[in-house]
Amino acid sequence: MEARTRTIYLIPYFMWLVLFVVAPILLIVYYSFFNVEGQFTFANYEKFFTPVYMKMTLSSFWYALLITFFSLAVAYPTAYLLTKTKHKALWLLLIILPSWINLLLKAYAFIGIFGTYGIVNALFEVVGIGNQQILFTDFSFVFVSVYIFIPFMILPIYNALEKMNPSLIYAARDLGASSWVTFRKVIFPLTLDGVKAGCIAVFIPALSLFMLTRLIAGNRVITLGTAIEQHFLVTEDWGMGATIAVFLIIIMALVMGLLGLRKRGLDLVKR
Amino acid sequence: MKQLTRIFLLIFIASFALIYLVNMLNRSEGYAGNNTITIYNWGDYIDPELIERFEEESGLKVIYQTFDSNEAMMTKIKQGGTTFDISIPSEYAIEKMKDENLLLPIDHSKVPNLQYIDQRFLDLSFDEGNEYSIPYFWGTVGVVYHPDLVGDLTFDSWDDLWDEQLKNNIFLLDGAREVIGMGLNSLGYSLNDTNEEHLQEALQKLSTLTPNVKAIVGDEIKMLMAGEEAAAALVWSGDAAEIMWENEALEYIVPSEGSNLWFDNMVIPSTARNIDGAHQFINFMLDPEVAAQNTEYVGYSTPNAAALELLDEEISGDERFYPDEELTARLEVYENLGPRMLSHYNDLFLEFKMHRK
Repeated sequence: MEARTRTIYLIPYFMWLVLFVVAPILLIVYYSFFNVEGQFTFANYEKFFTPVYMKMTLSSFWYALLITFFSLAVAYPTAYLLTKTKHKALWLLLIILPSWINLLLKAYAFIGIFGTYGIVNALFEVVGIGNQQILFTDFSFVFVSVYIFIPFMILPIYNALEKMNPSLIYAARDLGASSWVTFRKVIFPLTLDGVKAGCIAVFIPALSLFMLTRLIAGNRVITLGTAIEQHFLVTEDWGMGATIAVFLIIIMALVMGLLGLRKRGLDLVKR
Repeated sequence: MKQLTRIFLLIFIASFALIYLVNMLNRSEGYAGNNTITIYNWGDYIDPELIERFEEESGLKVIYQTFDSNEAMMTKIKQGGTTFDISIPSEYAIEKMKDENLLLPIDHSKVPNLQYIDQRFLDLSFDEGNEYSIPYFWGTVGVVYHPDLVGDLTFDSWDDLWDEQLKNNIFLLDGAREVIGMGLNSLGYSLNDTNEEHLQEALQKLSTLTPNVKAIVGDEIKMLMAGEEAAAALVWSGDAAEIMWENEALEYIVPSEGSNLWFDNMVIPSTARNIDGAHQFINFMLDPEVAAQNTEYVGYSTPNAAALELLDEEISGDERFYPDEELTARLEVYENLGPRMLSHYNDLFLEFKMHRK
C-alpha cells in the first residue's frame, strides 16, 4: 500500500521530467538534423567543425573559464569572511539582493558607469590616469559577468563552510598546524564540494551568455550563445542553432562528469 | 494532506475570480467582440494621440502591442495564438509573409486615401500592385557622425569609415544585411549580390575595418551615439533622426556609392478578425493631415505626398531624409535572398565579428 502511494506521488515529478527535460532535449537533437529548407542532413554537424565555429567554441570556453576563475577568487574569501561575521543573515541578504534586479537593467547601468563620460572615467580624470576605454573591452565583459554570477558562487561555498565541523579546525590547531596549513589541509578539502557546485553554477551559464556580449562587449566577444540566438531569431536556421545547442549540452555533461559531481555534490546546488 | 487540498482549492478559486475580474474590466472599457482592433507595431512608431483620435472617429477600441524585430513578429503571427488585425513589417518580411500565406489581400476600394501616396512608393517589386501592403514609412541606411570628431571626413564615400583617424571610434548596427551590404556597396557591388567571389571580397574588405570598430550594437546605438561615445556609426535613417533629435551636433549622410532603401508597410495578417476595422485604420493613417502629424512625431520619411506638402519646409526639404532623385536612383531595396543565402550572409557576418583587433 505504502509503496503504491509513493509511486503515485512520483507521477507529477516524472511527468515534469519527461515534458520539460527529456522532450526538449530530444527535440533539439531532432532539429539539429535538418537544414534551412527542412531537409534531413548532417551538414550542420560538418559546419560545426569549420574554423569559424571551432574558434567560437574555444573563445566561449576561454571566457567562461576566466569568469569562473575570477568569481571563485572573489567568492571564496568573501564566503569565508561571511562565516566569521556577526549578522550572517543580513550580509547574505545583501549579497543576494542584486540578483533580484533584472539582468538587463544591470547591464544598462554598467553602460552608463563604464561609458566615456561615465563615473569611472570621471574618477580616472581626477586621479590623473586620464580617459580610458572601458566599455566594449574584454575587461568590462569579464567584470560585469563576474558581478552577475558571484552570488551563485558564494552561496554553495558559504554552505559548505557553515556545514564544516569547527572541532576539526581546533584539532588541527592543537596538533600544531599553522593557519595556512589548516586552510590547505583541512578547510579547503572539506569545502571542495561547495567549490565544485559553485563552479558549475557559474561556468555553465557563462558558456552560453548572450545579451552581455552585445551590451557590454559590443559583439567583440562572440560566444556560442550569441550564435544560437542569431540562428533562431535572425536566420531562422533552427537546425544550426540546435546543433550548437547539442554541442553545448555535450560539453556541459563532460564538465559535470569531470568534476565528479553526479553523485554527491549536486544537492549543494539546490540548497 | 488536508492543508494541501485547501491550498489547491484556494488557488483554483482565486484564478477563476481573477479571470472573471479581467473580463469585467475589459467589458467596462469596451473591449468586447467586434469593436476592437489589435495593432502590432514597432515600439514608439506611431503618435499615441492618433490612436485616441482613431478610437473616437471609428468607435473602435484599439489594442496596441509592439515588437522589436521582423523575425519575432513573423514567428508570433505564424503561431497564430493572438489575433492581430494590423502589422507593420519591412519589405523583405512582407515578401516572406506573402510566400507563407500569412497576409490577407487589401481591398483598395476601402482605402480611397491611397491616392495621396507618392507614385514612387507604389507597385514595388516586393508587392506588385500593392495587393497586400500599403506604405507607412520609408528610409535609408547611412552614416551618422559628429562633425567635430571626424576631422575633414565627410562620409560622401563609404571608404571614409575605413580612415585611420577613426581608429576604434565607430559603431555598427548589429544586422548582417546592413553590414555585409555596406561592404558590397563600398566595392561598387549590389547589396543583393549573391556572387560568392564578391561576397568573399566584401568580407575581406570588412575585416580591414575591424580596427576602427568600437562595437557592434543593437538599439543601444541611439543612446550611445547621442552620448557621443563614438565619432560615427552605421545606422538606419530613422534611428539617425532620433539621435539627431537628442543631440543636435550630429549629422546624417547617405554615402554616394549607394545604400539600402527600406520600407515599412501596413499589412493585414492572416490572423485578423476585424478586417473591416483594419481597412478603416489603414485609410485613417493615409489621411494627409494624420500622416503629417505622425511624421512629425516619429521622425521617419513619409511616402505620403499630400502629407509632405503639409509639413514644414524644414522637414520636407531636408535632403538627408528626403534624398534627391539622383541619389535615390542609386539606392536599392533588399530582395528576399532565400533562407539559404540569408544563412550564408549571417555566417559571413559572424566571421566578421570574430575578427579580433
